[in-house]
Amino acid sequence: MADSVNIPRSSAAEKTTDIPARHSLLVRITHWITALSFFALLLSGGEIVLSHPRFYWGEIGDDLTRPLFQLPVPASRDLVPTGYHFVLPDQNGWSRALHFQAAWLLVFTGVLYLIWGLVSGHFRRSLFPNASPARWRAALVEHLRFRRPDPSQPQSYNPLQRLAYLIVIFILFPLAVWSGLALSQTFDAICPFAVQSLGGFQSARTIHFFDAIALTVFLVVHVVMIARAGFLRLTRAMITGHLDAEPDNLTQQDQP
Amino acid sequence: MKNLSRRRFLTAGIVTAAGAAGLYGAERIANHYGLIPPDAATWYGPGETLDYDVQRIFGRHALAREFSPSQITHPPFRNEIGPKLPATYYQMEQNGFRDWQLKIDGLVSNPASFSLSDIHSFPARSQITMLSCEEGWSYIGEWTGVPLSHLLDLAGAKPNATYVVYRSIQPDYWWDSLDIFEARHPQTLIAYAVNGSDLTLRTGAPLRMRVPRQLGYKSVKFINHITVTDDIKRFGDGLGSSDPTYGYAWFAGE
Repeated sequence: MADSVNIPRSSAAEKTTDIPARHSLLVRITHWITALSFFALLLSGGEIVLSHPRFYWGEIGDDLTRPLFQLPVPASRDLVPTGYHFVLPDQNGWSRALHFQAAWLLVFTGVLYLIWGLVSGHFRRSLFPNASPARWRAALVEHLRFRRPDPSQPQSYNPLQRLAYLIVIFILFPLAVWSGLALSQTFDAICPFAVQSLGGFQSARTIHFFDAIALTVFLVVHVVMIARAGFLRLTRAMITGHLDAEPDNLTQQDQP
Repeated sequence: MKNLSRRRFLTAGIVTAAGAAGLYGAERIANHYGLIPPDAATWYGPGETLDYDVQRIFGRHALAREFSPSQITHPPFRNEIGPKLPATYYQMEQNGFRDWQLKIDGLVSNPASFSLSDIHSFPARSQITMLSCEEGWSYIGEWTGVPLSHLLDLAGAKPNATYVVYRSIQPDYWWDSLDIFEARHPQTLIAYAVNGSDLTLRTGAPLRMRVPRQLGYKSVKFINHITVTDDIKRFGDGLGSSDPTYGYAWFAGE
């Protein structure tokens, strides 16, 4: 990884305090609000699914319709044929309220982030692909060998990271909002395109579910990668904005 | 902390005061235009209120999607009917609901009580719409009935009415209300038939509310009493419906 193309500064020779902030204040705030909203949405969404853990395609689907698939979990309604001999308590009321509240928080935060990302050049600088095919290949090979990220480039996301973040920011989250809106009868009255573009009401629900699964997979991989690269160090960077130099870098600096 | 000068402190104070005043003003304006749902004071508050406001501002008159006859769900779905119905219900069912009366009172110039044959004589509307449940299932059916708006006109609902309360034969367990816009919406029906046949016990005979722009739980079955009001707080717990008592939001358009 010697060909450090487009990397603004090589920080190996610099002291910690001279390194520009890894994450701007807006990125840090929106990151944590999004994390909080996502946990609330995941929890309440999972709870809502329990009242009807069957999924369909098209406009309609009920207990008498053959499902596309059914989750092997008990349900919170006794009409649903689950194969379990018990019914979970109904928690849909507060779950729905929490889901909408968290969704609004996520949407406001997301819109703020998108506007700022475009205006400030954050997307162009930090997210849009900047790598040559050779670097792509190198990053992929490195990744598949479970090597740790290149410590000489702490200021830049690698190509795979950029791709993952772009998919989450520009595909998965917008699709979650769009398919969620399509599940509102009044919204579909205002904008029938929302539900029609997704192939029907039940299709929208199924897409919403798989989108949530995809975001959860991203979250797990995201946390695992951070754990591999130094959980406390990177988490501290996402809170304070500054990335401390790695301990082994420090020792290298101490030995001239 | 050297940056926290007096000017900064004053600015923060002014911004906070302006924010609080702004919120208070927004609440007053929203209230004036009927943008605060009756259960907004519960912890469903902000999210539900925003949903309600966006949908009322952008789609007060939007029509629910209607489908073609080939899209009607077969076999038709019948949801459970909730708690035990009173014995009087079954007596009336035995004689074909001849004694069923739909009372309409409150802020009306001519309080009235309609029999089923009265209701069948009014101009009917049939529409193929989706009924979707907050649980996640949905089905499509063709409901026939009289627009609630027509009954409001017949009874002479007063212009200052803001909500229409409707009760089932289980008035304590299941009653609900619509704001005047949803009540006046052309697709809001007092339905008596589904897919060409009279309603049955499982589908809410003899009369059920059909509110296709909201979730199924607003489409209360066994309707026998409608009250027009300008003060929704007087009913039940003051939350606009029995739904909040059972954990559900009054507004079910999401």
